[in-house]
Amino acid sequence: MNKPDYKTFATDREVRWCPGCGDYSILKSVLQTLAETGSTPENTVFVSGIGCASRMPYYVETYGFHTIHGRAPAVATGVKLANPALEVWVVTGDGDGMSIGGNHLLHLLRRNIDLNVLLLNNETYGLTKGQVSPTSRTGTRSPSTPDGSLANPAAPCIFALGSGATFVARGIDVDQKGLPSLLQEAKAHSGTSFVEILQNCIVYNKDVFAPVTDKRSAQEQQIRIEHGKPLLFGAELKKGLRLNPQTLALEVTDNLEDVLVHDETNATLAALLARLSPPMPMAFGIIHRRREATFDGAFHARQKAREAPSLDSLARRAIIHDHRQASDGEST
Amino acid sequence: MTTTSHRVKTRDYHVVRFAGDSGDGMQLSGHHFTNSVGYAGFDLGTLQDFPAEIRAPAGSTYGVSAFQVQFGAADVHTPGDSPDVLVAFNPAALKVSLPLIEPGALIIVDEATFNDRQLKKAGFDDNPLHGKALAGFDVYPIDITGQTLQALKPFEMKRPDAIRSRNFFVLGFLLWTFGLPREPLADWIRDRFKSRPQILKANTAAVNAGHAFADTAEVAHVFERQTIAEMPLEAAEYRTIRGAEAVALGLSAVSRLANIDLLFCSYPITPASAILHELANTKDPQVGVFQAEDEIASCCAAIGASYAGTLGVTSSSGPGIALKTEAMGLGIASELPLLIIDSQRAGPSTGLPTKTEQSDLLQAVHGRNGDTPLPVVAARSPADCFHAVIDASRIALRHMTPVILLIDGYLASAAEFSRLPEIDNLPPIWTSKRLADALPDRAEQDKIFKRDADSLARPWAIPGTHKLMYRIGGLETDIDSGHISYDAANHQAKTMLRHDKIQRVTDFLPTEALVQGESDSQLLVLGWGSTYGAIFEAVRAEINSGRSVAQAHLRFLHPFAPETEDLLANFERILIAEINVGQLATLVRSESPCVASRIAQYNKVSGLPFKVQEIRDAIGDMFANE
Repeated sequence: MNKPDYKTFATDREVRWCPGCGDYSILKSVLQTLAETGSTPENTVFVSGIGCASRMPYYVETYGFHTIHGRAPAVATGVKLANPALEVWVVTGDGDGMSIGGNHLLHLLRRNIDLNVLLLNNETYGLTKGQVSPTSRTGTRSPSTPDGSLANPAAPCIFALGSGATFVARGIDVDQKGLPSLLQEAKAHSGTSFVEILQNCIVYNKDVFAPVTDKRSAQEQQIRIEHGKPLLFGAELKKGLRLNPQTLALEVTDNLEDVLVHDETNATLAALLARLSPPMPMAFGIIHRRREATFDGAFHARQKAREAPSLDSLARRAIIHDHRQASDGEST
Repeated sequence: MTTTSHRVKTRDYHVVRFAGDSGDGMQLSGHHFTNSVGYAGFDLGTLQDFPAEIRAPAGSTYGVSAFQVQFGAADVHTPGDSPDVLVAFNPAALKVSLPLIEPGALIIVDEATFNDRQLKKAGFDDNPLHGKALAGFDVYPIDITGQTLQALKPFEMKRPDAIRSRNFFVLGFLLWTFGLPREPLADWIRDRFKSRPQILKANTAAVNAGHAFADTAEVAHVFERQTIAEMPLEAAEYRTIRGAEAVALGLSAVSRLANIDLLFCSYPITPASAILHELANTKDPQVGVFQAEDEIASCCAAIGASYAGTLGVTSSSGPGIALKTEAMGLGIASELPLLIIDSQRAGPSTGLPTKTEQSDLLQAVHGRNGDTPLPVVAARSPADCFHAVIDASRIALRHMTPVILLIDGYLASAAEFSRLPEIDNLPPIWTSKRLADALPDRAEQDKIFKRDADSLARPWAIPGTHKLMYRIGGLETDIDSGHISYDAANHQAKTMLRHDKIQRVTDFLPTEALVQGESDSQLLVLGWGSTYGAIFEAVRAEINSGRSVAQAHLRFLHPFAPETEDLLANFERILIAEINVGQLATLVRSESPCVASRIAQYNKVSGLPFKVQEIRDAIGDMFANE
């Protein structure tokens, strides 16, 4: 069987990211995922906030809503509460999702609304010309931090796990093999699927991830994790990760008998894996996945189970629920 | 002090005020008293006046919570200027209420609370029950605490728990005094405490004890049972309704009239939460309720719902409305229906959360970045909130625009006696989905923005139901294709389109009529929003006393209804009364410059509704100045 052409989901709009931007290959993976998983354009909605990443809806031939800075999770929540049958994708960035929209992302994840979040992390504010972002490393020089940034960076995957996310994964923009399959898993998950994608901003933060993503360093600096498989990496997978019982941290070992097996349902292991960064190998793949009820599913089930009162009966309803007023004051 | 003359004086209207600690259940007492008043068929108006703290320190003057209700045979539009009956549950409540009540008013106090400690807390040097401090009032001390404890003795409750039933004793007492039915209260107690039989029995016993106390020989000789002439009601069904209840009912009506679902998205804030609670308890499957993580999210979720074909509704008070501002701009840019309900409260910033004000009018009309017009509608009374919600939603759904509905803290919590709305007689609501239904499948994006010739509304194309995939957002878009456009001429055209679209709403509105008085009167008193009742009673009284005064009260603040300027231009002098420093006056001056020189203002910003007498005095000043 021929693979469906990803171009069927492309719009006729000229894509306006900088030439060479990592967003191009992410878009291709997204379009490919839609085509290969049988998404229907009229039942799919892309919702985004503000930033380079958030331009994506204009390039996807589905319904699309390019909203305001940081608020895409809230708008998308409204879409799902109105119509849970829609396939919804939220596209955001490190500034949009982790800074101005951090609160909404937190609550989207804890509610486990059934949609997919793509957080394109380039550790900079590209659209506003390169200021330091919430994921920028300490000491980052930028137009707003000429002497280097002072704050510690936020870690999206750890944030997501801490918010109660039921699906947390990490991928790389140009990984045309790994990223589409990650997106397929994200789409298949019932609940909020959170995918951090390391994205190379070639203008303002060029090669910030190169020490990890570069082909030459990939073997040593990346660990591809898979549920039920040992946590191996390095040349010919001769190294692995084990738990140091004293420090309760992961450490590298070449004694393969000690190597942990990835259990994506284990939230504790997920937190350890999400935290890994150079000089340790960074984890890519599905870090955590568990099945839980979705807010939108429960919301609609409850609404459906209710009997529609006639307006007349509502208008006549005796005032019997004013116990709320037993306390006179109200907080602000 | 003699006690032989206590009696509620026979009169057409009574104003009763309950005052006590925040924890004494004053709102509950007032609410149930009001229910019985309505049940008996009297016209009524109420006011909740409470502190921002849930449980302010007991016995403090700043922790006093009060509930006021006016009732009478007919035509009650306000909670009354000055109570003629005060029930004070402690010295602090007496202290803060004294300046408010009318000379000769009956004051019922719980004398058990007038001990040294409580008196000191309230700032009384001497016990006002002994001495001349209350000369001129008709003081009736009752050992409410002792009587309640006595009545609850069989239930072997802890003393503090038993004392909490004091308000039920007082309710029983007052219901007897005014000849009002106990049934609504008894029904409520049975339902509310059905799972706690001990409390059910205790509260029932307290009500009955208060009732019996008033009915027994020892009180009967000092306290005559009161009856008021019954209201000459038209044959119809009536109920007592609070503003928040009317809003909720209105939203349910909108879903039926427009044949769509609604999603009500809100974040807790005083006093708007009353609507959130009301809708949550309505449990209407066609009106979903979503408590969002913040004000911005609640507006954005409502916008998302509207994009997906459900009418999004968001509700807040001034500070929350300010937070929603950017999202409203998105709603305007992307041309989606959205209803924003603003329960105004006293500002600025956090201001006085539990006090009422009309100071968000200019925020509603102008308070957004860019040229971002939207329609603004205001409700005038608790029951009118029902119709105002429908009017506002009708505009949002027909014209594909966010609409702000202004109510306020007073309206949301106040109750009035009102005819049941005749829902079957309301015209259906036309939505712009019809424009989308007329589009062919797989329409080009430029067809998706083909506008209605009269309203300029765009079709409401909805994900999942039509093959009309299109992208919208906050960026400026081409007037025809809907694609992003940075073109200068296009931005000019789109800006004017957004302006014209809102101006054209006027063509679909009914005209504003005079409420009372003649169009050749010497003075027009003009208001908007919740001041309707006070202005109504004041103008009626002035007309009855022979003055040439008329009243108009605007429903549509932006754009104005058709011929509003003509209506105003009939009058040589216009007194604009509002609870702010002159926001409607500013709007009228700019919208209708021809009447600008005729405008005088009466403005009060004390956190409380107008009193009738205050408006009458302002009218009197207008004639005195001639």
